[in-house]
Amino acid sequence: MTATVIVGIDGSQPSKRAVAYAIGLAEAQEVNLVVAHVIPWSPYSFNTPSENEERAEKKKQEIAAASAQIVDPAVEAAAESACDVTPVVRHGDPVDTLLELARDFAATAIIVGRTGDSRVKRALFGTIPGHLVHESTIPVTVVP
Amino acid sequence: MATVMATVMATEPLFDRILNKITEIVFYPINIGGVDILPIVVWLVVAATFFTFYLGFLNIRGFAHAINLVRGRYSKPEDAGEVSHFQALATAVSGTVGLGNIAGVAVAITLGGPGATFWMILAGFLGMSAKLAECTMGVKYRKHHADGSVSGGPMYYLRDGLAALGLAGLGKVLAAAFAVFCIFGSLGGGNMFQANQATAQILAVTDNEGNTTLTWIIGIVFALAVGLVIIGGIKSIARVTEKVVPFMAALYLLACLVVILTNIGQVPGAFGDIVSGAFSPEGITGGVVGVLIVGFQRAAFSNEAGIGSASIAHSAVKTSEPSTEGHVALLEPFIDTIVICTMTALTIVISGVWKDGAGVEGVALTSSAFETVVPWFPNVLAIAVILFAFSTMISWSYYGMKATGYLFGDNPAAENAYKVIFCIFTVLGSVTALDAVLGFSDAAIFLMSVPNVIGLYILARVLKEELTQYRAKIASGEIQRVK
Repeated sequence: MTATVIVGIDGSQPSKRAVAYAIGLAEAQEVNLVVAHVIPWSPYSFNTPSENEERAEKKKQEIAAASAQIVDPAVEAAAESACDVTPVVRHGDPVDTLLELARDFAATAIIVGRTGDSRVKRALFGTIPGHLVHESTIPVTVVP
Repeated sequence: MATVMATVMATEPLFDRILNKITEIVFYPINIGGVDILPIVVWLVVAATFFTFYLGFLNIRGFAHAINLVRGRYSKPEDAGEVSHFQALATAVSGTVGLGNIAGVAVAITLGGPGATFWMILAGFLGMSAKLAECTMGVKYRKHHADGSVSGGPMYYLRDGLAALGLAGLGKVLAAAFAVFCIFGSLGGGNMFQANQATAQILAVTDNEGNTTLTWIIGIVFALAVGLVIIGGIKSIARVTEKVVPFMAALYLLACLVVILTNIGQVPGAFGDIVSGAFSPEGITGGVVGVLIVGFQRAAFSNEAGIGSASIAHSAVKTSEPSTEGHVALLEPFIDTIVICTMTALTIVISGVWKDGAGVEGVALTSSAFETVVPWFPNVLAIAVILFAFSTMISWSYYGMKATGYLFGDNPAAENAYKVIFCIFTVLGSVTALDAVLGFSDAAIFLMSVPNVIGLYILARVLKEELTQYRAKIASGEIQRVK
């Protein structure tokens, strides 16, 4: 069975490098890629009534925008290599959702780009790669 | 400007008179055995009691399930990104938690003594069933628009639910009546009352009581802020308010706890006053029934159970089972009345400020209760009141707009006219006396319950079937927890 690797992307430069790294890996080792973008969303946020009313439509728009601008270019780049690529766009907590995807696809590794968060944000909340490294039960590669 | 103000101020007593007249009609008292009984309050209490028994105390039996729904234990992963049960509840709660919990409780205790608290809590408990009923129906008969948005609420279940039972004519009349009263209610309790009490609080903390010019200025500033959100579409203001309000609510409850814990020795006595005051009140007009009516009235005004407003807010949730949102909605009167109102009541009763009664009423009474322990808290309370008032106004402007949209077939001109009128009423609320505003606010909001409750009685069997099939699916394991 061919192994599957999750590539978490957000459209930043490091995440583009993460895609390039994953493609290289896929070509060398014949692995399948799941190119995933997680739209940050919490079920516990507070909304106005009109925000709630428009939410279902907004979700569709957000997924369409994320697919067109972030995931599709990465999938196209990966498609030139021989590997099988699955695009995924989901709402949720980025760390939790990437770990869930890894479980769902029985992935053997996760690849993400390094995020360029500010010192304050890092101190307060940590970084997504940092949390992934701490919580994942499979190897995580952070591409600078 | 001064002339305009003088002219409008001269018309103020007339405006008061009109409001008072409407109030008199809605709250026409029937004297039974020397006690004035308000049919409209009886109407709501009977409805809440009926649904509590008819649904077999589902407000208690469904409580744990409601908590699990809010915690997302039944939410499927693909629902991520849509309106969660928590969000629908939070939005509805922020529309109800507000001055009813701060000023309304103070009014209840001023008029009915500590015993009013007991009846408020009981009304909150029964109100859970009414809320369960109206929110289940709201989701069941909500309407999905072509643009993906959702509209729901009593207008839709009254029209479509009754039509399905072969009562299309009656359904249309009740739905239209509800929509009209909802517009009045949104302008009264959802707007004028909020602006009025927020203004009073600002005047109190800045030592400007009686400064009429300032009331106009505050009213206009409020109207501009509301206008920016609802007419100008500046959603960021509403979004910020929506995020700050929960923190203010937490801060408010913390302050209540500070007052209660500082006087911990008096807590048993306060509970004693509340219980004995409920059954054998001293010096209260109307005795037990008088206290009961005051308690029920203020509870209904605070948690809006049976009124139908929350059903509009809850309808946006992502769910395939209407009963899920009904369960979640039963938490609303619990949070609003049983938790927050009780905390306010304890704070007022323990501090003893209600006994002085030196003309202090509404939010000012609650404020003075806090002042006895935390002297600077009235300033924080003033900010909390302004934010609560603002978020309630945003919620109610939405309810009123949905009602306008229903009546005028989503005509943008009608909706815009409504928004302008809403802002004008904000200013009027700031400058009008409390009694007139409070009376009219109650009247308009209670009127909504007339068509709503009639419809709920007619739909009771449909409601029960809906809830029964859902509970059966949980019992059989067809619907399972995902987490």
